Amino acid sequence: MAKTPRAANNHPSFFRAVLAIVQKDLVAEYHSRELAPAMLAFSLIVIIIFNFALELDIKARQSVTAGVLWATFAFAGTLGLNRSMAIEKDRGCMDGLLLAPVDRSAIYFGKAISNLAFMLLVEAIVLPVYSLMYNVNLFQAGLLGVILLGSIGYTAVGTLLSAMSVQTRTRDVLLPILLLPVVLPVLLAAVKASGGLLNGAEFSEILTPLNILIVYDVIFIAFAFMVFDFVVEE
Amino acid sequence: MQPKPIVLTILDFVSLIVLGIATYLALVFAPTEAVMGNVQRVFYFHVGTAWVALLGFIIAALSGIVYLITKDMKWDRFEVAAVEVSTVFFFITIVLGSIWARPAWNTWWTWDPRLTTASVTELIYIAYFMLRQGIEDPEKRARFGAIYTLLGGLSAPITFMVIRLFRTIHPVVIGGGNAAAQGGFDMTVDMRTTFFFALFAFTIIFIDLIWHRLRLGALQEKVEQFKLEASI
Repeated sequence: MAKTPRAANNHPSFFRAVLAIVQKDLVAEYHSRELAPAMLAFSLIVIIIFNFALELDIKARQSVTAGVLWATFAFAGTLGLNRSMAIEKDRGCMDGLLLAPVDRSAIYFGKAISNLAFMLLVEAIVLPVYSLMYNVNLFQAGLLGVILLGSIGYTAVGTLLSAMSVQTRTRDVLLPILLLPVVLPVLLAAVKASGGLLNGAEFSEILTPLNILIVYDVIFIAFAFMVFDFVVEE
Repeated sequence: MQPKPIVLTILDFVSLIVLGIATYLALVFAPTEAVMGNVQRVFYFHVGTAWVALLGFIIAALSGIVYLITKDMKWDRFEVAAVEVSTVFFFITIVLGSIWARPAWNTWWTWDPRLTTASVTELIYIAYFMLRQGIEDPEKRARFGAIYTLLGGLSAPITFMVIRLFRTIHPVVIGGGNAAAQGGFDMTVDMRTTFFFALFAFTIIFIDLIWHRLRLGALQEKVEQFKLEASI
């Protein structure tokens, strides 16, 4: 973590601390390339499995595309969340981060933002591939917005829970069991909104799921901000 | 270990008696519902168990908050007791509902908001036990448990709101009507008596079980301490 002493006080500002953690994660990923490729390969395999499991012909595609996409993102997401926290724990980086003279919640936001970055990266590749394979245009401003909102909610809760699950005996196995039932509202609202957008529904029809997504994001980011101290406390 | 308090023994007997009375009222005293027939009698216990289960989940979330503030293990024991008893009651609610739904809706299960939220809530609290099981340090276990009950308590109502976007056929017997609901009915006076007595009976049983579980929690803590001392 880059420490830049400043004249006024010795503590880096909150934003600088968050950015430093995000930067650290992105640089580490750029050098090791162990997270995003795994998530990506996994996503593509899941899509292929869905293709045969659901027999995605033209008619079926219309109704299940949103569901397939979100199931893929959710599964790939747990993979990334697990790994990103396990790296911190196994190499003792977490202790180093906790020793840094910054607000603990900066660590949470740093990790959450880098987790979100990985998820968005995977989505940025999965979407065109899916569009190409199934001949549907997924690049609509509304849909991208829903995907962003959904991913924010997912990583907000996911980062908090992965920080918990990594400290348990069963760790990797536990995260999806803890995360998926709690994050279900995000996935359902996102599926509803994405499905509506893809089928050309009126804006008023997708307004409610959109609102729920925003409310969920706000509530759970605030919640994680409040309790993250308790998660990393020794 | 303190000897079993006399009040608790009395409460045990009272629980058994009220359960007996509630059973009698539900199966014999309450009039048979005109449309659904005898299967409607499941309703009294269905709502009774659901009521204490939700009460327990709320108590668990509140004790979670108090634990995080005070760090007193007493509140952790309270939280575990509430979640454990409620999870069992909620499971009974779901099973009873299913038994009723088979003749009333002609299906054991449907993806209705209440049913879906109920099953997801049940899964959240099962995950809660798995989380606790994976942590050895009692203090950390209590902290994580408290956070997770809060998370579950926040998420379950939102799940309910989301699934309502789809449709519902679950009847609302107490307050409010829903044109699409199937299996709704109006309660007669005797039905009401039975209904409120069932709520009362399950509340007594709930308190009794929580009390037992609290004593068990204290014992568990002691065993853990002995184990720790033995290992040192």
